[in-house]
Amino acid sequence: MVHFEQWEGFEGRIWREEINVRDFIQKNYKPYTGDESFLAAPTEATDKLWGILQGLQKEERAKGGVLDMETHIVSGLTAYGAGYISEADKDLEQIVGLQTDKPLKRAFMPFGGIKMAEEACKNYGYEPDPELHKIFTEYAPTHNQGVFMAYTPEMKHARHNKIITGLPDTYGRGRIVGDYRRVALYGIDFLIEEKNKDLNNCGDGTMTDDVIRLREEIAKQIKALKGMKAMAAAYGFDISKPAANAKEACQWLYFGYLAAIKTQNGAAMSVGRISTFLDIYIERDLERGVITEEQAQELIDHMVMKFRMVKFARIPSYNALFSGDPVWATLEVAGIGVDGRSMVTKNDYRFLHTLENMGPSPEPNMTVLYSSALSETFKKYAAKISVLTSSVQYENDDVMRPVWGDDYSICCCVSATQTGKEMQFFGARANLAKCLLYALNGGMDTKTREQVGPAYRPVTSEILDYDEVIAAYDRMMDWLAGLYVNTLNLIQYMHDKYYYEAEEMALIDTDVRRTFATGIAGFSHVVDSLSAIKYAKVKTIRDETGFIVDFETEGDFPRYGNDDDRADDIAVWLLGTFLEKIKKRHTYRNSEPTTSILTITSNVVYGKATGSMPDGRKAGEPLSPGANPSYGAEKNGLLASLNSTAKLPYHWALDGISNTQTINPGALGHNDEERANNLVQVMDGYFDQGAHHLNVNVFGTEKLIDAMEHPEKEEYANFTIRVSGYAVKFIDLTREQQLDVIARTCHDHM
Amino acid sequence: MTTCKLMGRVHSLESFGLVDGPGVRYVIFLQGCALRCQFCHNPDTWAGEAAQTMTAPELLDKALRYQKYWGRDGKKGGITVSGGEPMLQMAFVTELFELAHQKGVHTVLDTAGQPYREDEPYQKEFDRLMAATDLVMLDLKAMDEQLHRHVTGMGNANILAMARRLSDMGKPMWIRHVLVPGLTDGEDDLREMAAFIGTLKSVERVEILPYHTLGLSKWQKLGIAYPLEGVPTPNSEQIARAEEILGIR
Repeated sequence: MVHFEQWEGFEGRIWREEINVRDFIQKNYKPYTGDESFLAAPTEATDKLWGILQGLQKEERAKGGVLDMETHIVSGLTAYGAGYISEADKDLEQIVGLQTDKPLKRAFMPFGGIKMAEEACKNYGYEPDPELHKIFTEYAPTHNQGVFMAYTPEMKHARHNKIITGLPDTYGRGRIVGDYRRVALYGIDFLIEEKNKDLNNCGDGTMTDDVIRLREEIAKQIKALKGMKAMAAAYGFDISKPAANAKEACQWLYFGYLAAIKTQNGAAMSVGRISTFLDIYIERDLERGVITEEQAQELIDHMVMKFRMVKFARIPSYNALFSGDPVWATLEVAGIGVDGRSMVTKNDYRFLHTLENMGPSPEPNMTVLYSSALSETFKKYAAKISVLTSSVQYENDDVMRPVWGDDYSICCCVSATQTGKEMQFFGARANLAKCLLYALNGGMDTKTREQVGPAYRPVTSEILDYDEVIAAYDRMMDWLAGLYVNTLNLIQYMHDKYYYEAEEMALIDTDVRRTFATGIAGFSHVVDSLSAIKYAKVKTIRDETGFIVDFETEGDFPRYGNDDDRADDIAVWLLGTFLEKIKKRHTYRNSEPTTSILTITSNVVYGKATGSMPDGRKAGEPLSPGANPSYGAEKNGLLASLNSTAKLPYHWALDGISNTQTINPGALGHNDEERANNLVQVMDGYFDQGAHHLNVNVFGTEKLIDAMEHPEKEEYANFTIRVSGYAVKFIDLTREQQLDVIARTCHDHM
Repeated sequence: MTTCKLMGRVHSLESFGLVDGPGVRYVIFLQGCALRCQFCHNPDTWAGEAAQTMTAPELLDKALRYQKYWGRDGKKGGITVSGGEPMLQMAFVTELFELAHQKGVHTVLDTAGQPYREDEPYQKEFDRLMAATDLVMLDLKAMDEQLHRHVTGMGNANILAMARRLSDMGKPMWIRHVLVPGLTDGEDDLREMAAFIGTLKSVERVEILPYHTLGLSKWQKLGIAYPLEGVPTPNSEQIARAEEILGIR
C-alpha cells in the first residue's frame, strides 16, 4: 500500500492499492442535506477578475467572435508559456492556467486538419505562417488527410449529400474525459509509475499490431504526463506529488484538464464529475480551519471562470453546425451512489452558486444528475437556479446509474461515460429523415438528384401505403447503417493514428472500455411522416420524371409529442430498428455500439439538406432538435410532450436522448418560489418514468424576440438559453438559428 | 368500468395547467358556451359541435397518465374542467368527476355559471355534480345586470344565485374577474363585487385575470369582428387598484 503525507486524514485502502478515484470518493465524501444558506457571495477578487473577463468577452464579440489568434506556434503543453486573465492582477487568480499566453486567444491546432486550422485563421483576418502549411502537408499529414486518403467514393458521396453528417473528420472527435482528479489525488509521478507497469505488462511478447499500437500509445501517454509536469512548472507548480490541500487539488485537477484543451480541439471537451471529489479536500481544509467558506467558494468561482474561458479556433461551417462557440466543458453535480447515499455535497451547491455569483453562462455545461430521491432542498435550489438563469440541464441518474455506476461523467452534451475507465468514439449523425426520402425515391437525393444510396426499386404508388413504405425504408436504413458504421470505423482509426488523445488517455485506465457512438437526426419528422402515411392519406407529388418532390397529406394523424401511443409506438420502433442495424456491424477496436437522439444546433443545417416530408415539414426547414417533437406538433401541453419522450427506452439510446423545453415564467407559477417548486414536480414526474434528459428554459418568446432585435442591451450580454444538450448565449447564435429557437414551442398555457 | 354511452364534447386538452386551480392540473376544455364575452380568449369553444367526443372513462384514463406530475406528500394537483362552459355538459362532467373521485383525484370546475337554474330537476343534478367537485372557480364578469349583458350578451341573476348557493353549501370557491380597461374596471362595479364576495362564506381566493390579447388570432381565424379592437391590456397600476378594491392585497 502506498502512502503520501498529503493523504493525511483520508479513509480507505483500495484507492491506495491501485488508481481508484471512485473508491476514494466513496470512502471519504460527506453527503450534505441542508439548504443553500451557507453559501458565500463573490469575493472582491472574483468580482474584479470576472469584470475583466466580461470586458474581454465584449471585445471579442465586437471583433466578430474572436479576440486574438495564434498564427506561428503549434499548440502543445508548453508551447506558449504561462498566461493570466490579467498580467497586472495575476496574484488574484486562485486557479491559474490558460490555453495560450493570453486570455481568450485561440491556439493553432493543426492535427485534426491543417486546412481547417488555416481557414479558421483566415476567416477572422489572421494569416497563418506558411511554414506550418508546408510542415503539415509535406512532412506530417493530419487526421483529415488520413481520412480522405482512405474514404471510399461511396462515403464521400454520402458525406457530400449530407445523409451522414457532422462527421469528426476535420477536427478532434472529443468526448474523451480524462480522469483529471487523478492528478490531484496521486500526483504525476505515481501515475507515470503505474503507466510504466502497464507498458511492461502489455502483451505476452508476441508483437501483433494490437500490441504494437498499444505500446506506442502507452509510451505517448507517459510522455504526456511528463509534459504536464513541465506545463505546471511554467506556472510555478510542482505537480509530481499529490495535492496537499483544497487549493492545490483544484489547481492540480485543472492542470490535468488544461493539458487536454491545449492538445485537443474536440467538439466536446468535458470536465467531468469533479464536484464531490473536490468537496472532500475542501471539507478537510474547513475542518483543519485553514480555509473559510468564502475562500472555498472563491476557489470554485475561479475554477469555473477558467472553464468559461475555453475557446477553439473554428471554421464557419463548424459554427453553423455547433453554433454559439460551445466547447461542452460539461460538469456534473449531484447523483446518488450505488449504496443509496446522495452524492450531493456542499460543493454541488457551490458549483450551481457560480451562476449566481458570476451570472448565467453557457459554460461549463452545468449538469444535474437528477433523481427524485435527491433531497427536496437540493432539487429546489437547482430548480431555482434554472428559473433564474436557464443555464442548467438535468439528466436522470436513476437510468444511468444501473448502466454506468456512480462515477460516470457526461462526456459531451448528454452522453455518459465511466470516468477514467472508458472512452468514446464520437460519431455524429445519420439523417434518418433523408433516408426515408431515399427509400421512396430509390436512393436518389431530393436536393442534388444524385444516386447516393443503392438504386432499390422506388415506391411508385400515388397514395403511400404504410407496409410498402416500411419495407422500403427498412432496406434503405440497412444500407445507411452499414455505410455509416464503416465510415466511422475509418474516421476513428485515423484519429487514433494521427491525433491520439495522449493527455486524456494518460488519465484513463490502459485497459479501457470503448463505446462507439452513433446518432439519429430527423427523428420526429420520420415518426410523424410514418404516422401520416399510416393514419391519414399521403399523396405523392411527382415531377415529370416520376421523382417525388413533395407530398399532400389529407386528414388528421397522431403526432409524436402528445402522449398518443399510435405515434409514440412508431418512435420506439424507429429507435429500436436503427439500433439493431448499427449493432450487427463490426465496430472499430471492438467498441460497443450505442446510438443517440441528439442533434445539437445542427438541426438547422441538417434541415437545409432535407427535402419536404409527409408530415408537412417543407424542404429546407429546420429539423426539430434532438428527441423533441416537431414544431407545432405538441397540442396537449408540456407534460404530454414529456410523456411521449419518456417512452423511448434509454438503454436503447445509451448515448443520450436530448429534450429541450421552454416554459413561460407566467405559466410556471406566480413567483420564483412557486416556479421552482412546480419545476421540481415536473422533473420528478418526468424522470420517474425513466426519461433521460431535460433542458429547461424559463422565459417567454417576447424576451427572445427582444434579444434578437436588441442584442446591444446590457441585460442580454449573458442571456443564456439551453438548446439541444448545451447552453449558448442567445446573441451569439446566427439570426437563422435565433428564428429557429423562437419558432419552437414555448409552453405558455395561462 | 361501467359501460357508458354519454359522450363529452371536448375542445382541447392541456396537460400542464398551473394557473387552473391548485398545483399541476390536467385541464379539459369542453366545447360550447352561451356567453359571448367581448374579451373571450377562446371564441373557438363557443360553437356546440366539437372536433372530438369522448366518454368520461376515456378522458379520465388520459388524465391519469399525468398523475405522477401532481405531486406527492399531499400536494394537490388533479383535473380541471373548463371551457367553453362545462356546465352545459353537466351530466358528463358529473360522471367524470365521480369517476375521478373513485380514483382519489382532486376535481376543479372552472365555470361562468351561466347555465345555472334554480328549478328541479336541475337542482338535484347540480347537487350531484357538487358532491363530486372539490373546488369551483367561478368567473364574475360584472355585477351590474346591464353591464353584464353588454359584456357577455346575457344577464347575471342566475350566476349570482349560483354563487350564493355554493356559499350556502360551503363549497370552496375561487372567484375570478377578468379586468378589461374601460369595460370591467369601473370602480362602482368593482366595489359592488367586493361587497357581494364579502357575503359569500366559502371563498378561498379572489383573482384578477388581466385582459390579454393572446386570443385575438382566434377571432381573426373565425372571421368574427373583435369588439375590443384597440383596447389596451391593463397596466400594473390598474391591476393593483382593482386588487385593492377586491381586497386581494
